[in-house]
Amino acid sequence: MENPIIELRGLTKCYGSVKAVDDLNLSIQKGEIFGLLGPNGAGKTTTILMMLGLTEPTAGTAHVCGYNATTSPIPVKRKVGYMPDSLGFYDNMTALENLMYVGELNGIPQAEIKERALSVMRMVGLENEIDKKTSAYSRGMKQRLGLADVLIKQPDVVILDEPTLGIDPSGVKEFLTLIRQLSRQQGLTVLLSSHHLHHVQQVCDRVGIFVKGKLLVEGNMDTLSKNLFEGKSFEVLVTLRNKLTLPWEHESEFLQLDGVKQLGVNDREITVTCSHDNTPEIVRFFVLKGYEVMGVQRKEHGLDDIYQKYFENSLN
Amino acid sequence: MSSFVVSFRKNTTENTHVPPSTPLWVMVRREISSHIRSWRFVLLLGLVALTFFGSIYVSFGNIRDAVNNVKDPDHLFLYLKLLTTTDGNLPAFHVLLSFLGPLLGISLGFDAVNSEKQNGTLVRILAQPVYRDNLLLSKFTGSLVLVGVLFLVLTLIMVGAGIFVTGVMIEVEEALRILSFAIICVMYVGFWLSLSILLSIAFSQPATSALAAIGVWLFLTVFYQIGISMVVKALVPNTPIISETDILSYNELLFRLLRLAPSQLFTDATTTLLMPSVRSLGPITMEQMAGAIPSPLSYKESLMIVWPQVSGLIAATFACFALSYYLFMRREVRS
Repeated sequence: MENPIIELRGLTKCYGSVKAVDDLNLSIQKGEIFGLLGPNGAGKTTTILMMLGLTEPTAGTAHVCGYNATTSPIPVKRKVGYMPDSLGFYDNMTALENLMYVGELNGIPQAEIKERALSVMRMVGLENEIDKKTSAYSRGMKQRLGLADVLIKQPDVVILDEPTLGIDPSGVKEFLTLIRQLSRQQGLTVLLSSHHLHHVQQVCDRVGIFVKGKLLVEGNMDTLSKNLFEGKSFEVLVTLRNKLTLPWEHESEFLQLDGVKQLGVNDREITVTCSHDNTPEIVRFFVLKGYEVMGVQRKEHGLDDIYQKYFENSLN
Repeated sequence: MSSFVVSFRKNTTENTHVPPSTPLWVMVRREISSHIRSWRFVLLLGLVALTFFGSIYVSFGNIRDAVNNVKDPDHLFLYLKLLTTTDGNLPAFHVLLSFLGPLLGISLGFDAVNSEKQNGTLVRILAQPVYRDNLLLSKFTGSLVLVGVLFLVLTLIMVGAGIFVTGVMIEVEEALRILSFAIICVMYVGFWLSLSILLSIAFSQPATSALAAIGVWLFLTVFYQIGISMVVKALVPNTPIISETDILSYNELLFRLLRLAPSQLFTDATTTLLMPSVRSLGPITMEQMAGAIPSPLSYKESLMIVWPQVSGLIAATFACFALSYYLFMRREVRS
């Protein structure tokens, strides 16, 4: 296994007696899109700040791109693009000037700085707003400019803190697609934090759920739901065209099917609880018995459930 | 001429290949440009220019009398007279500056760090590969460069106008004195600038830091002097006969305490530089005066007299700067 590009070991940050981040261990591989998911105040931003050396950990180390972020933040910042949750630009400068300023701070040669700024603005779709003052920018445009601001330094790692905050749904989708596209094209490692489950679900390869300073679980969506709902049953919802007459004549026969544990009938809807996923058999049963099946829905455990579950656990 | 243009062109094309400038100078440049574009600076500029031209106008009106006043040992220093002569209606420029300087410094620095923090630009800039002290240095240097250019321009205007109106060439000594006056003005503004930057780090609201800075200024210019003279008066024993040495020592104490205030240091330094006949900033005994000819001191001697004041100003500036450095370097930056 190759060296992880972000490696946190035993990272702890205390504010007084409050532990904002508690013994965090995490490694992220190159090219991955990792979602740091957690409710407000879970310590996501604090963790990110420690990765950039903007705040010092109480204990533990954060290694980014092979550098210790606490002791040598400058090389880390050269490789990492960070977009904070509340973006601010110099309002008396135009978008292009703001970008070029950041480019200059990153030591991009004067000759290519303008060209690069223009190309990243094209990349994020702001090519028509280049000479507008940033004070006239909308929230979504600022977010895009923030992304351009991150990309102009051509980073290896991109850290986005709540990138979807305050953008409308279609904007979010576009934004996340853009991030994913960029990550795949340029091999960027992306770490994004959010409390919006659905957004994270759309783009992330791997997710870590972070509550009260602790990383409760990490993995891709499948393993997360498997871990959580192991031993739990599946539910299949079958909708028929006609009402079932009760008592149902095929009930005992149906219950003989492999894995079927429970049956609930409500008008035309039949809820079947089973120990494993045997939707095809259930459908076949109904079809063979001459029922007209209108729809079959396999209830999957989405991120909402996962999140809810972990969040509940941590509260209790 | 054309060859000069050609060589200039050659230079500019070569210059496109220079390595990118260091982050510090990039930041200083942005700092200066944002100040110049701001209304705040325009207002301050207007205020300083108004003061300057007002006092110069008054002194041009009275310059004939001042130069013809043979009793005054400084009467031949035409340009110094231009800066210091008044008719009593408007204080001289250097006196006005002891009020305007703090205002200039405070208003250029009071929101240096906290407004950037509030706008969310601070965390974005610090996420770039720049050292934190570069940010502080750029705030300080940027404003100081502006102030320096401002005073340099004003003094050059004054000298130019003086040559134009009177036809008298400026002497080297006068030029040196006026230049050092401008430098001391910049240092004085620099002290208030570093104090207000310090307060802008300590307080998170720009309004609070502005108020705190103005409070310090008011305290040092008004209440401090009253307080010190009250304390010294209380120390003087209430006997009808006090020996001369006692009076001297109490006076000395009073001056020493007063010189803890930067405005006093500034006034002492500028007075000595602009009035070459000032020989001492404290009381002088008759023995010390014996044999002294009432003539102006040389530039070097005046400079020797104000040297403690100048180093005091610099030390105070550095103390503020060091403290802001200490506060800022390890602070957590979040938006």
